[in-house]
Amino acid sequence: MGVRSWELGVGEKRSSTPSPKTQLPTPNWADVARHAILLGFGVLMAFPFIWMILTSFKPFEETLSSPPTVLPIIWRPDNYAEAWRAANFPRFFLNSGIISLSTVFGTLLTSTLAAYAFARLRFPGREAFFLVFLGTMMIPQEVTLIPNFVLLTNLPCPIPADVICNPRGGWFDTFTAVSVPWWVSVFSIFLLRQFFLSIPNELWEASQLDGATHLEYLWRVVVPLSIPALLTVGLYAFVASWKSFLWPLIMTSRPEVRPLQVGLSTFALEAGTYYHLLMAASTFTIAPVVLLFILVQRHFLESIARSGLKG
Amino acid sequence: MTLSEAPTTIVRNLMTVSQAAEPVKVAVRAPASSTAQRAARRWEAIQGYGFLFPALLLLLLFHVLPVFYALFLSLFDARVFRDMWAPGPFTGAGNYGRLLTNPEFGQSLANTVWFAGITVPLGLFLAVFFAQLLNARIWGRTGYRVTYFLPYVTSTVAAAVVWRWIFQPRIGVANAVIEWLGLPGLQWADEPRGIFMLFGQFVGLPLEGWLGGPSLALVTVALVSVWYSVGFNTVIALAGLTTIPADLYEAARIDGAGRWDLFRHITLPLLTPTLLFLLIVETIRSFQSFDFFYQMMAAQPVPGAKVVTIYLYQQGFKSFNLGYAAAIGMLLFVIIFALTLVQFRATRDRVVYAD
Repeated sequence: MGVRSWELGVGEKRSSTPSPKTQLPTPNWADVARHAILLGFGVLMAFPFIWMILTSFKPFEETLSSPPTVLPIIWRPDNYAEAWRAANFPRFFLNSGIISLSTVFGTLLTSTLAAYAFARLRFPGREAFFLVFLGTMMIPQEVTLIPNFVLLTNLPCPIPADVICNPRGGWFDTFTAVSVPWWVSVFSIFLLRQFFLSIPNELWEASQLDGATHLEYLWRVVVPLSIPALLTVGLYAFVASWKSFLWPLIMTSRPEVRPLQVGLSTFALEAGTYYHLLMAASTFTIAPVVLLFILVQRHFLESIARSGLKG
Repeated sequence: MTLSEAPTTIVRNLMTVSQAAEPVKVAVRAPASSTAQRAARRWEAIQGYGFLFPALLLLLLFHVLPVFYALFLSLFDARVFRDMWAPGPFTGAGNYGRLLTNPEFGQSLANTVWFAGITVPLGLFLAVFFAQLLNARIWGRTGYRVTYFLPYVTSTVAAAVVWRWIFQPRIGVANAVIEWLGLPGLQWADEPRGIFMLFGQFVGLPLEGWLGGPSLALVTVALVSVWYSVGFNTVIALAGLTTIPADLYEAARIDGAGRWDLFRHITLPLLTPTLLFLLIVETIRSFQSFDFFYQMMAAQPVPGAKVVTIYLYQQGFKSFNLGYAAAIGMLLFVIIFALTLVQFRATRDRVVYAD
């Protein structure tokens, strides 16, 4: 299928996996040293997670002990239930779910259409538009932060439902304000365009003979063929949206629309020293994304690797 | 992904754009003259604009026009206002003037530069080091890759909460380890004094002012930041390493080159495109760093760790100096843009491509 050319950089390197080592049954001291270093740093990298989980099972008094205990003397799984109730975490999860999934949906929709236009349709100014799109990737979020805040608090409100927009004017404190500005991703458009370009043109010619329009061809042929690329784009959008902090921090002020990260942040600043609860809350905050990552890690890491190839 | 991948992606694809046009041109049939063909082409163009419209609208509305609005806003003494086109008294370049003479902004910029000066070299060095170690057929390679990458997918807020707990001055585990080693515990993210000053005090050397170095609070956040992004950089560096043809190493080894020679004369030069990419991405990332500073210091960093983004946040959303904050954003934009350009120019001639 058309995947080949897209994966070019990755395909050719597989064959040349590095410095072929002599495969001897005797211990290879270079490899032992390699493992020792990697393992040492691995423990360092994983330590915060280990410490987070260990602390999350300790009772409050035990977190205060100095020097700290390594394994909890008393295991207290109740911390999780307590943390879950201490702030409105069910609501924060729901909010994050709504925001992230709508962002995934929006990004996939706008990116697929735009990528198809750039890859397959002829129109005047196409290359210029593409350059403008790529150029916008240079704009840091910090510049647009203040203007977007002003703009969104001044936008008109056509649908007066309070999670969509504020009837008293503006989109401040709504799901739309947190999510809609991120329904476009130039990186995704670029990635999908590369993928669409690799789909042989004969398929379009055949569909055209059957009387298909571009939209029908896109939906019935291109999209089904591009599932891996769409998956990557969707995954990026999900992780980015789930992780985002600064934007929802400034655009929300009430728990009904606050996503998980902002909820956790507020909880952490309020709960101060209740580290047993904070660690439990941190654990269940990161659990969904970590599990998702471990499930699809190969796919995820390979597409990241690809993005940096031939830099 | 995010904008952090912008520069090289763009540079890399300026070429692709013109290439992409090729197959399309082939598809154009003989000189189109009939009205039917012209109508078909017009219809295709209309569809093209239609397909582009949703993305273009969002991009213009939330990413391009705001830059111009930021420029507009930065020319006013804008605080809280009702009409977005009349945000307050016009002051021209007043905000920029105030900004450039404000020692608080100067300090925050210096902090950001220190932060980049620590995270970028350390992050790049570790990434190449790890990638070099992982670039072999070793057992458990996937496990290592996943472990090293894990911080990058967790939320910065949760990570900051955990690190704050680890670096807690009284009961944190970091100080427990240090004290167990017989050294005095540290204030970590709450320590406004410079790291050289602290070290100087420990060995009895008075280091003040500039000699005191960046605050320990800043260095603490820098270490956490490196921990957070090193997995991403390693994956990219590893991808760069695996594109180096194995026969180059073979040939060099036959000529009697040692391990270090191989690294110095083959790996490093051929890795330069990847290193340039990482250099730019990491620099941009370090200048934009906000979450860890905000969360690890309870939204109130000590002066020695107040970076530009935090200053912008406080000015914009705590004091509601919106015009002034917009000016900070514009300056940050200009600095990041200039840095990217300089890095690209300065290293362009040294970048080596294998093919």
